[in-house]
Amino acid sequence: MSNSAQLKITSELAGQIRSHGAECYPHECCGALLGRDTEVADRRVYREIHALHPLVNRRDDSPQNRFSVTSKDVLEAEKDARARGLEVVGWYHSHPDHPARPSQFDRDHAWPWYSYIIVSVANKIPEDMTSWRLADDRTDFECEEIELQQAAS
Amino acid sequence: MSVKVMIPTPLRVYAGKRESADVAAATVGEALAQLTMQFGDLRKHLFTEDGKLRSFVNVYINDEDIRYLAKENTPTKDGDTVSIVPSIAGGSSPTKIQSPATQPGSATRKATSLTNEEILRYSRHLIMPEVGMEGQLKLKNSKVLLIGTGGLGAPLGLYLAAAGVGHLGLVDFDVVDFTNLQRQVSFGSDDVGKPKTAAAQSRLSNLNPDIKIETFETKLTSENALDLFKDFDIIVDGTDNFPTRYLVNDACILLGKPNVYGSIFRFEGQVTVFGMPDGPCYRCLYPEPPPPGLVPSCAEGGVLGVLPGIVGSIQAMETIKLILGAGESLKGRLLLFDALAMKFRELKLRKNHDCPMCGDHPTITKLIDYYEFCGVRGEEAPASDVQVPEITPRDLKTRLDRGDDLFILDVREPHEYQICNLHGHLIPLGELPRRVHELDSSREIVAHCRSGKRSAEAVDFLRKAGFRKILNLKGGILAWSDEVDPSVPKY
Repeated sequence: MSNSAQLKITSELAGQIRSHGAECYPHECCGALLGRDTEVADRRVYREIHALHPLVNRRDDSPQNRFSVTSKDVLEAEKDARARGLEVVGWYHSHPDHPARPSQFDRDHAWPWYSYIIVSVANKIPEDMTSWRLADDRTDFECEEIELQQAAS
Repeated sequence: MSVKVMIPTPLRVYAGKRESADVAAATVGEALAQLTMQFGDLRKHLFTEDGKLRSFVNVYINDEDIRYLAKENTPTKDGDTVSIVPSIAGGSSPTKIQSPATQPGSATRKATSLTNEEILRYSRHLIMPEVGMEGQLKLKNSKVLLIGTGGLGAPLGLYLAAAGVGHLGLVDFDVVDFTNLQRQVSFGSDDVGKPKTAAAQSRLSNLNPDIKIETFETKLTSENALDLFKDFDIIVDGTDNFPTRYLVNDACILLGKPNVYGSIFRFEGQVTVFGMPDGPCYRCLYPEPPPPGLVPSCAEGGVLGVLPGIVGSIQAMETIKLILGAGESLKGRLLLFDALAMKFRELKLRKNHDCPMCGDHPTITKLIDYYEFCGVRGEEAPASDVQVPEITPRDLKTRLDRGDDLFILDVREPHEYQICNLHGHLIPLGELPRRVHELDSSREIVAHCRSGKRSAEAVDFLRKAGFRKILNLKGGILAWSDEVDPSVPKY
């Protein structure tokens, strides 16, 4: 489905995800990605992030290596998206002191179609950022290319 | 009763891009069953393999969460709306995950105490403040997978079992043979011919009956690696070939698991820990495999028996340190051991930010064909695929007995000639090019080595040099011993 998936995000929003990760360190941060898909030639779709909806990590048992967003939060994020004429197209979270790649836990709990951005935060300093999409058969997370765009001034 | 089921955005691609579907159902469970009948692809995203609603799928009837009603048995009325609402979860540190599929029931529960027998058994650990009860329980609750039960796997298995690692997995497809006993100290002479995993399991469970030992008598492959690794906390690489090392590395990086790496060759050993957060991986150290045949295996190059004991013991120590969270691991450091000089040296390993596996922009996101990547068909495959004319040991014997004029060329090393020989003319393979003049191309030549591999290369080389009457002894001295003369020792 997402063979050459591509995600466009402004460097400003990418910066906000990084700072959210640094703020929450050593805990995981999380939030919704609001944007839309645009179909271009050959049924290829590119996805653009226009806004973020930061959330509170509901995992108070082990917030340093887990995050969880309740269905209520999801509904609110969707409401926020609709109000801005956008859709919830994915989620971001941080991996404190852990590489920016999905864990087995991430994969087991992932939804298809959504983009999952992971930012690695090492000792309070945000580092790599990657984005992933679950394969249709749930066996694999496919890396999605992030295209950073300069914010229009 | 007609019920409207709202489909969340991520699942619409599996439901013909619809936002909702109308179904006839008397309960929420029926409504979902109807929905997945209409759109089969939805099933695996909503339900687990045993038919339970996935933990991150929430279902609402109108604006009430069915968990607080009668769950899937919640009755529906005409005109009700059933909404599937995602909850989102994730996180790092996959080592804490336990797979419900392989750990049914209460098996996942962590031990919180030791029995009196265990306290006695582990008393030398318990009296160390760095281990103590807390550390011993960590060992008991840990799961370590050993890839390979041979030279490195022997001390690893023995020490980890003795230390009380609660769950040991052993992966090996080989059987014990006599040449293993010189260094693979968990096996005895009685074990020759038995599968290594079974022989190791019997030895280790005798050493420590309180631990769980799981055996996987299989070759590690790209198809089974992730599945085998997923339930273990730490993977220990005790293999002897490049394709498997890359495979172990990549699978560990994909799953975010530490890989305690060790390798040995002749008198030298290497140890480090890959796959740690922010640490390098095997590909940071060796981005490309060496050309096939360049680095000989233990079977070809030999190994001093004590060496795997030392290197495997260091791996066992590193594994235990990781479990206890004690001290400084070998993350980012490659420990080199030279047994002849009796020296340890250390190289700094840096994470390569351009690494295709663990770098900033990984390009490898799934397991690949590692034999192809390393340019070999398998570790048993000959380094070269040369097809050369052959003679079987029996035919050679018949012709020699008949008095045919055959020149026997032995391409092994002088120390091998001392072990046994067929009274041939000795020219080691490496010296062949500059000693070709010693051979008479008008005579019929039969080349041999130990197994037929090196002599195939020699035959290929000589044919290219213009020799026409040259044959390779099929299976080498090993086959000669089996088929013609059992008094010739095999080595």
